Amino acid sequence: MTRDTVVSDDTAVEGLLSELAPQVLGTLVRRYGQFEECEDAVQEAVLTAALSWPAEGWPANPRGWLTTVATRRLIDQMRSEHARRQREATAAALEPRTGTAEDHGASAGDDTLVLLFLCCHPALTAASQTALTLRAVGGLTTAEIARAFLVPEATMAARISRAKQTIKSSGSQFTMPAPQERDERLRVVLQVLYLIFNEGYTASSGSQLHRPDLAREAIRLTRMVRCDLPGDGEVAGLLSLMLLNHSRRDARTGPGGDLIPLAEQDRTQWDAAQIAEGVTLIEAAMDTSSLGPYQVQAAIAATHASAERPEDTDWRQVHALYLILERIAPNPMVTLNRAVALAEIKGPRAGLDLLATLDGDDRIARHHLLHTVRAHLLERTGDHAAAREHYKRAARATASLTEQRYLEARASRLSDAKP
Amino acid sequence: MKFLLIMHLNPEVWDGLTEEERTEIADGHGRFIETITKSGELITTQALADPSQSAVVRVRGGQPVVSDGPYLEAKEYLGGFYLVDCESRERALELAGMIPDASVEGMGIEVRPVMFSAGNLEP
Repeated sequence: MTRDTVVSDDTAVEGLLSELAPQVLGTLVRRYGQFEECEDAVQEAVLTAALSWPAEGWPANPRGWLTTVATRRLIDQMRSEHARRQREATAAALEPRTGTAEDHGASAGDDTLVLLFLCCHPALTAASQTALTLRAVGGLTTAEIARAFLVPEATMAARISRAKQTIKSSGSQFTMPAPQERDERLRVVLQVLYLIFNEGYTASSGSQLHRPDLAREAIRLTRMVRCDLPGDGEVAGLLSLMLLNHSRRDARTGPGGDLIPLAEQDRTQWDAAQIAEGVTLIEAAMDTSSLGPYQVQAAIAATHASAERPEDTDWRQVHALYLILERIAPNPMVTLNRAVALAEIKGPRAGLDLLATLDGDDRIARHHLLHTVRAHLLERTGDHAAAREHYKRAARATASLTEQRYLEARASRLSDAKP
Repeated sequence: MKFLLIMHLNPEVWDGLTEEERTEIADGHGRFIETITKSGELITTQALADPSQSAVVRVRGGQPVVSDGPYLEAKEYLGGFYLVDCESRERALELAGMIPDASVEGMGIEVRPVMFSAGNLEP
């Protein structure tokens, strides 16, 4: 039984459990090592809590309750393991380690961050990093993660178990990465959080029913990282970027789930509170930190969010920011976006000329977004036949049903129109 | 990313194989299933019965018309598939190369991205 079948209404319990799960896991791993076994034990304790708290009432000390139950599970697990293997006493193995960081006043926050670093271990694939992060740090059950990614629970369980084995065999310790590799590892953590966000934000396949909200979960986790690293500009930039994108969530799809492009969205539906928080965050970050790709992307999102009407958009600023992004994080997708901004300043021909430089780039030449942008710009030059052709190409190339519907509609609108 | 790894079967090619070769292919599928189950990439796999067992249904004027046999008369037909969820297109191509049929002269695995999923995903 999964916990949401029992406490689906009791979001307070769920919220508290997701907050406490990584803290309790951190405590256990610090005491006993063995990430893999501790993670299983905490997962079981969280499930037990989700079943019993709503029925029997909350314990006075929820964190202590979880720690005790999880420790008991861990001991049971290790006893049966040892009994099977050696039939020897195991008490010694369970003696708390001495001299760990816990004794030196490490906070729950540090533990959460160390956990994140461990779950985003470079030896893992991105799919495993996201799954493990959602379970060990996010406190989601395997069943919930499986539903979020629309795969069977058994598939997800195998993926998580493989990921934990990989971490174990890599010999990783439950410690902060060394300072020289910390920046690089933090980039991976942020990338994983952004992947989780985008999976939730752009989720378009299958029924949305009963799928956990990964976008909100990613924002929650990024907030946690920001609490631990308030001075990191890229962490602030990523949080700002997520909030600004998320603020448009209700406006970006129509009643039938159809995509509504930025220029046609009802801007009164944008979430003003999220925009305000995102803009404040990015302005402060850019004032105080060295510039990074997430900050620039957030600044671009903030520029769009500040325009009351599409025609108020400061396209010169958007274009300048994409130029910076192209310099610090070159990528054909950035050039593609710059072409859109350039077309707004200098006309569709200038945008099309910039797009032409991408045709030889294998990373994007077959991508549906290149066809889509080209189709939009061709439409604006008045070449409707070519625009229709590129909308159709884009519709064939996309793997998203929602996008395909949008692109096919654009194509047929041009067929219906007089030439 | 979800991909369907499609196995197209050509009965002529299949019949031309020795018993040993066919056993080796069957064993290879067993090993492949084990590998991608453990890695958490397999969603499901199905092998289909011979197309001679197929029937095609067409509704004409509100009335179903059933004809026996496959939809298309072709040399090759859909023999089965693996539905996988993996890291990237590159990985999907790598997985396709691990399916024993891919190494048989006259056969190949088609790799196609999945666009929409729904239904009961529990095994």
